[in-house]
Amino acid sequence: MKLRWSDVTPKASYLNRRAFLAAGAVFAAAPAFALTGKMSGYSTDEKPNTLKEITNYNNFYEFGFGKEDPASYSGNFKTDPWSVEIAGLVDKPGSYGVEDIAPDSALEERIYRLRCVEAWSMVIPWLGVPLAGVLSKAGVQPSAKFVEFQTVLRPSEMPGQAQKLLDFPYIEGLRLDEAMNPLTLLATGLYSEKLPNQNGAPIRLVVPWKYGFKSAKSIVKITLTDRQPVSTWQKLQPAEYGFYANVNPKVDHPRWSQASERRIGAGLFAGRQETLMFNGYGDQVAGLYSGMDLAKNY
Amino acid sequence: MIRKLNGYLRRIPVWAVWLFGLVPLALLIWDTLMGGLGVDPIADLEHRLGRTALYFLIAGLAVTPLLRLGRLNLMRFRRALGLLAFSYAVLHVLVWVVLDMGLSWGQMLGDLVKRPYLTVGMLAALALVPLAVTSNNWSIRKLGGAEWRRLHQLVYIAVPAAAMHFLWVGKVAKPEPILWLGVAVALLLVRL
Repeated sequence: MKLRWSDVTPKASYLNRRAFLAAGAVFAAAPAFALTGKMSGYSTDEKPNTLKEITNYNNFYEFGFGKEDPASYSGNFKTDPWSVEIAGLVDKPGSYGVEDIAPDSALEERIYRLRCVEAWSMVIPWLGVPLAGVLSKAGVQPSAKFVEFQTVLRPSEMPGQAQKLLDFPYIEGLRLDEAMNPLTLLATGLYSEKLPNQNGAPIRLVVPWKYGFKSAKSIVKITLTDRQPVSTWQKLQPAEYGFYANVNPKVDHPRWSQASERRIGAGLFAGRQETLMFNGYGDQVAGLYSGMDLAKNY
Repeated sequence: MIRKLNGYLRRIPVWAVWLFGLVPLALLIWDTLMGGLGVDPIADLEHRLGRTALYFLIAGLAVTPLLRLGRLNLMRFRRALGLLAFSYAVLHVLVWVVLDMGLSWGQMLGDLVKRPYLTVGMLAALALVPLAVTSNNWSIRKLGGAEWRRLHQLVYIAVPAAAMHFLWVGKVAKPEPILWLGVAVALLLVRL
C-alpha cells in the first residue's frame, strides 16, 4: 500500500497544507512517469553534462567522501514518504509534502551551470520551482532576514553521517533577498527524472551563482530567521568557507585558485576555462552585493 | 624461517620487481583506453599515480627497518622501488601540469606559492630528482659511499612531505592519508 501524505503528516500540518495549496492555486494532476518542465528563460544554452556524469560525480558527504560514494551508497536511502518543515518567521508554518511544494505540473526546466569550490564545473538540466514562490506561499514575515536549510539526519541510511564525516545535520543558509531571487530553485528532478538519491532527492536547493556546497540536498527543514545562519562548512573551517560563497574568480579559496575551472566531461586534453564572476549570473545577481567587499564577505 | 624466506627472495630477479611495479601503470593505461576511469578521468589519473608513488616510497623506506628489526633482506630491490616511486611521481606531476592545469603556468606558479599542500607536494617531487639521478653504481662510486648515503637521506624529507601532501589535499582529514603519514613517520622514528 502506498502511503498518502495524510497518513504521515499530523492533522494540523495537513490542514495547513491545504491552505498552502489553496494559496498557490495549483491543482493539476501529476503526469504518470517522466517529468517535464516548462522551458525557462534563465537556462543556459551550453551543452548539459550527461545523466551518467551528473549522477556519478557528486559531493554529498552524507554518503561518503568519494565522488562516486553517493551513487554507490545511496541505494537504501528512502525518499518516500517525505515532508519538509517550513518554520520560523512565516505565517503558515507546517509540514509540507514535496508534491505540495513543487507539484510536477509546476516544474520548470532550468539548465544551470554548476561551479564547485574544488574548481570543477558541470551544466545540469534541473527540474524545479523557484524558491521565492514557495516562501511567498508560506508567508514570509517582515522580520525575516535569512533562510536556513537543513538536510535530513538519518545515519542508518547515510553511511557518511554514521561515520560523522562532518557535523551533521548539514546546514546551509541564504540571505532573504538571495533566496527570493528568481534564479534560486528548489529542484525535484533532473533530465525528466525524479531527482536521483545521490543528487539530493527528493528535494534540494540550487543556487547557481554560488559554489555547489551552498545548495543543500535532501532538505527536511526550511527556517525563516532574523539571524545569519552558520553553515556546516563555515563552522568547520571559517577561514576557508564564508557565508556567501559566491563564485568569484578574484577571491581564491585557500586550497584552490578560483581563476579557472575544469568542465567535467570535456575530455582529457580540454584544459581549463576561465571562471566567470557569479558563475556568469552577474546580470541577475550582482545588484544583491552592491557596496559589499566580496573579499571580506566571501 | 626468515633465512628460508631470504633464500627465496635471493632467487627473485630485480627485473621481476620492475615488472610488478609497472602493473599499476598498465592498469591505468588500460582503464584510460577502455573508458574505465570514472566521470573525471583526469582526477583519477592524477590521484592513482600519486598514491602509487607514495606506496613505493613507503616500500623503499621500509627496506632498512625490515632488515634491522626483522632480518628480512630486501636490499637488492630498494633501488627499483625508489626509481618506481620516482617514475610515478613524475607522471603524477605531468598529469597535473598538462591535463589538470592545462599548462596554465601563471596559475600553477601562483598555486605553488600560495597553497601549502602544493608547495609540500612539489618539494617532495623535487627532492626525489637528485636521488633518481644518482640511483646508479657509477654515481655511488663517483660520490663515495658516505656522501651518496648522505644525499639519499633527502628521502627522509621527501616521504613525509609526500604523505603530508596527500593528507592536506583533502578538504577534511581522511583516514587513509592519516594512516600513510603515520606509517611514514613510524618508519623514520625506528631509525633513531
